[in-house]
Amino acid sequence: MADKFAIQAEDLKKIYGSGNTEVAAMQHASMHVAYGEIVALLGPSGSGKSTFLTAVGLINPPTSGRIKIRGQLMLNGPQPMVDLKSIRRKYLGFVFQRSNLIPFLSARENVQIALEINGYSPQDSRKRALELLNELGMGDRADNFPSMLSGGQQQRVAISRALANQPVVILADEPTAALDSHLGRQVMELFRDLAHKHGTGVIIVTHDQRALDVFDAIYEMEDGIIELRQL
Amino acid sequence: MNLAIKDIRHNLGRFVLTSVGIGMLMMIVMGMSGIYRGIIEDATLLIDNIGADIWIVQHNTRGPFAELSRVPQNLIHRALAIPGVVTARNFVQHTIQRRNKGKRLRMTVVGLDWPIDKGKWVPLVSGRILNQNHYEMIADKSLDLRLGEKIKLGKNTYTVVGITSSMISSGGDGIGFFTVQDAIEIQFDTSGEAVRLERISRSVRVEKSDLGLKQPSLIEFASQESSQVPALASPQASSVILKLGPGANLKQVMNIIAGWEDVSVYTSEGERQLLLKGSVEKVRKQIGLFRILLTFISAIIMALILYTLTLDKLHSIALLKLIGASNWIVLKLILQQALILGILGYGIAYFLGQKIFPRFPRRVILSNDDLLQLAIIVLVISVVSSFLGIWKALQVNPNEALN
Repeated sequence: MADKFAIQAEDLKKIYGSGNTEVAAMQHASMHVAYGEIVALLGPSGSGKSTFLTAVGLINPPTSGRIKIRGQLMLNGPQPMVDLKSIRRKYLGFVFQRSNLIPFLSARENVQIALEINGYSPQDSRKRALELLNELGMGDRADNFPSMLSGGQQQRVAISRALANQPVVILADEPTAALDSHLGRQVMELFRDLAHKHGTGVIIVTHDQRALDVFDAIYEMEDGIIELRQL
Repeated sequence: MNLAIKDIRHNLGRFVLTSVGIGMLMMIVMGMSGIYRGIIEDATLLIDNIGADIWIVQHNTRGPFAELSRVPQNLIHRALAIPGVVTARNFVQHTIQRRNKGKRLRMTVVGLDWPIDKGKWVPLVSGRILNQNHYEMIADKSLDLRLGEKIKLGKNTYTVVGITSSMISSGGDGIGFFTVQDAIEIQFDTSGEAVRLERISRSVRVEKSDLGLKQPSLIEFASQESSQVPALASPQASSVILKLGPGANLKQVMNIIAGWEDVSVYTSEGERQLLLKGSVEKVRKQIGLFRILLTFISAIIMALILYTLTLDKLHSIALLKLIGASNWIVLKLILQQALILGILGYGIAYFLGQKIFPRFPRRVILSNDDLLQLAIIVLVISVVSSFLGIWKALQVNPNEALN
């Protein structure tokens, strides 16, 4: 590994609009997540959590600040230093509030497509997708379409997909919001176990205060500013 | 993994219905060219098959396929005197509409110069050619007459001795082949009362003239049958058709006949072109324009369908982009669906066409050239109509997957 940290966000700032309509959605936001570390990002609605997540996910570049993955500079302000699409494909995994599976693909195919996009052969992709689904207890539902799965099962498939390319970082935006507390906790624990097992850095944006004990670090965000909460 | 196929599999019912709709639209486009080909084929089948090199028609007319043409039957003797002419036949063509078995019977009557022409060139489906100079006919099967059936036309009854197919006039009517004598008889059929009245009026005209007063026997002579009166010309044929012998100089023969001031002369190809540029030309333009219009409509409908299919997938497309899919993967998804839709539509059009077109009242001929041309048009339409969907898909931001 090139660096101690899977991902580093340094002094991120995001300004929407200009002049009188200028709004700072994120200011001086910094976060360092080590390999195998699982961190929570808490905060009320509109505090800038999603802005932060899309910035470190290389989807919505910040106005200023720097983002490094595996120690390599990805974004210097809004300026991409590498092919962001390729980095997203290789190093990042995404899990969302709604499971966000592709409805016309089965559970296995939803995982498989992430691998094929990254250059794996269809045979290898299929094999690895089944392994991942088995690992997450979804092997017997591999051929089911998302509409045939419960919310928790869909999230497991989404996590399998996020893990498919052995990402350096998984970014999850309120992955338990649509689940009951029991299932929500199960999913959080799953993230923790996977982070520790695969050495993947995990950033989870959540409102759920009941499962905070699974996290290695907790950040709080308010008015675009991130602060580390002391555990 | 082929995302286009996966998406189709998931929405199979909708996709099949859409394809059937597109297929039916394409079937109409296909049918339009088929109808056009059918009209050309029907119109020229007689000219192409009758085995004539030269058509002699009424002076300053364009022949029996374009307008009314009348030439004396004895013209064949003049024509036969030209070096190089092997056969000269009278040709008669006119259209009649009568009632048979309580139904309307519309037929183009073609007269064959029996015994030179007994109809050997007519493609028979069943039965035989004309074996006698009178009261026999070969009927196209579109006339719905059966072998051995007897139909009364004018004063005479004709027996159907042969059935042919695809023998349709340029007007779309089935052809009935008779001998020239019978064809003329059918054309100039007049009732007994009309004949009687004509004889009386003929006698009255002679009585009134000086000639009738000087030679009273002429009055009696004028009241005889028309054929017995030398002053009256025999009924005329529509044209005379010539066949040249091997080595005969077509141009030379044409030049000789062109020098006769009572007739006009055309080669078989010339008569064919006159036919195509005459009655068929407007139909051709009309169908051609309609076909172009339908092709545009198909392209617009396909574009809208593909655009709607893309709109349904915008979230999935955003998600694919978010997990790192290239624009090519997205583009391929839409383009492949467009091509599958086009190819499936084309296949359905062809399949349905094969089942439905034979039931059309006129022939619909799907030529390989037309099918290939349409296949290329469909491919182009599929690609062009997918542009709108591709444009929309390329606008999608990966961010939208998070909403």
